[in-house]
Amino acid sequence: MLSEIFVEPFVLMADIPDLLLQTIWEGFVAGTLYALIALGFVLIFKASGVFNFAQGIMVVFAALTLVGLYANGVPAWLALIITIGVMAILAISIERVVLRPLVGQNEAILLMATIGLSLFVRGVGETLFGGETKTMITSELGLPTGITDWNVFDGRVTFQHIDIAAVVIAVLMVAGLAVFFSKTRIGRALRAVADDHQAALSVGISLHQIWAIVWFASGVVALVTGIMWGARSDVSFALEVIALKALAVLILGGFTSIPGAIVGGLIIGIGEKLFEVYWGGLLGGGTEAWFAYVLALIFLLFRPQGLFGERIIERV
Amino acid sequence: MFYREAGQFKTSYKSDQAIFPILQDRIGLGLIVAIALIGIPFIATDGFLNSIMIPFLILALAAIGLNILTGYCGQLSLGTGAFMGVGAYSCYKLATIFPDVTILVHILLSGFFAAAAGVIFGLPSLRIKGLYLAITTLAAQFFLEWMFVRWGWLFNYNESGAIQNVPQKLFGVQITGAAADPVTRYLVVLSIVVFLTWIASNIIRGRIGRSWMMIRDMDIAAELMGIKPLNAKLSAFAVSSYFCGVAGALMVFFWLGSAEADVFNINLSFQVLFMVIIGGMGSLIGSFMGAAFIFVLPVVIRTIPRVLGLDIGGATVEHVSTMAIGALIVLFLIVEPHGLARLWQIGKEKLRNWPFPYG
Repeated sequence: MLSEIFVEPFVLMADIPDLLLQTIWEGFVAGTLYALIALGFVLIFKASGVFNFAQGIMVVFAALTLVGLYANGVPAWLALIITIGVMAILAISIERVVLRPLVGQNEAILLMATIGLSLFVRGVGETLFGGETKTMITSELGLPTGITDWNVFDGRVTFQHIDIAAVVIAVLMVAGLAVFFSKTRIGRALRAVADDHQAALSVGISLHQIWAIVWFASGVVALVTGIMWGARSDVSFALEVIALKALAVLILGGFTSIPGAIVGGLIIGIGEKLFEVYWGGLLGGGTEAWFAYVLALIFLLFRPQGLFGERIIERV
Repeated sequence: MFYREAGQFKTSYKSDQAIFPILQDRIGLGLIVAIALIGIPFIATDGFLNSIMIPFLILALAAIGLNILTGYCGQLSLGTGAFMGVGAYSCYKLATIFPDVTILVHILLSGFFAAAAGVIFGLPSLRIKGLYLAITTLAAQFFLEWMFVRWGWLFNYNESGAIQNVPQKLFGVQITGAAADPVTRYLVVLSIVVFLTWIASNIIRGRIGRSWMMIRDMDIAAELMGIKPLNAKLSAFAVSSYFCGVAGALMVFFWLGSAEADVFNINLSFQVLFMVIIGGMGSLIGSFMGAAFIFVLPVVIRTIPRVLGLDIGGATVEHVSTMAIGALIVLFLIVEPHGLARLWQIGKEKLRNWPFPYG
């Protein structure tokens, strides 16, 4: 039993290195997508202190809108633009209808409001586009679909082109966000709000405007995540539960840190794939359902503020 | 006017410490219990008992459980569904291992297994709080749900992977199984729920309950005043999970009849959390009101098109009702963040002062 846990998996890794590489790559891509979802959470949490449980459903909703519009005869590029517009409208209405009246409420109530919101968005999505599983319009959006084999260590590692595209787009988006935050006027205002609401208000930054922008930004992140995830599997509401893994990512990375979200996402993505492939068999498989959360739980016991989070200081 | 406690003097310590010191409360509660115990079994149809009253009582018990943890001790949990599952599965194991012992004993015992699970997954609460804790309870939710599917011993390796209720008789009356009369099942559930609510209200009034509330209101101050956070938090997790576990066992044995692991998924956790928040955190009566609101509302919304004579497909009704419930929850949180219990309090105040605007 001990050897099955501590010896054999490593022997297997050394014996078949291409399997190891393949596993790490798969985990890396899954981790990138977790990181993207977590990024959406972090953006909103930093700016408004709201823990947005609806991020997962926003991913599904964005992907559904895109696919649904295309199915109704709208060209792919136009559907993409309309979807971005829809996310903007969603962001503005969330800010006006949900957040504004709930300012200053206890965090549990804000959390519940976003869960209520996720039910609402889910209902809207199902009513408009139907609840059944759909296929993402990958090639219509100009995304690559082929595969490349890489022969290495007397074996073969397979790369889906869409996975490579997902990683590239994720990197570009994170870079874009970083530039946006550090160079533009709105980005600086965002950081000011994240730092201190009252100080930001006193220098003339409109909180409402910033919140709408932040929700829109995470709506766009959700759209990109939705496209990538939809292209890898398909567009269905099951994604909502998978998106909860981003919460575990947040714990690893810290609630307020963008680099943390990325590193946390990769750790969880790669970790859960390795665990499932090499140790999952001992437990009967399917460990991906809980690995992320248990890892986060153990991690929290040692470092409650996450890898890059700000130190939690309590004042009495 | 209607609800005046003036003139009701407490002349002994006993009457001062009564659960319901006010006469009107005692009368009101007596009426509610009488209606529930005698009135409803006479007038209600089987369908009403099966699909409204029994689930309402069971979910109210789960909401009380979560309310103990979240409302009284201030620890947010998203693992309620899994703790209910632990109760259900351990009750099934107990009932199949000891078929001769009455099911009531199994149900009350199964809560202890859930309590143990609750304590284990409550350990992180000693280091972290708030939303971080909520996420670690997700670990309980997903890990336990996975275990219900993968660990065949839990469901006796049967083909379907589901647990079934075990038909049993109590004093010659069939109380569980397909042959049991809904009225009998309703009465059993009602008595267990009333009994456990009484226990809960006494725990909350006592030393333990007060220590939970101190931890909730300010943990550091509570610690300075001699409350051990370890004991207070873990006991809250244990008691809360006990209630949830019993509710889960009741759910399988008296309501659903059989259940797969999927019944205890995260949506159940959310549903119970909604009941607590909508009902009112830190209020037992709120748990009942929240359960009624969250459970009955979808049923009502789904029947609206039928009543209006509209011909809408079942799937569409389902989708629109999801949307409506989400919107109502958000609306409710905006209008009354302190829940139905607060409305109840305002109503009582109005009754006390009527016909004057203030007393």
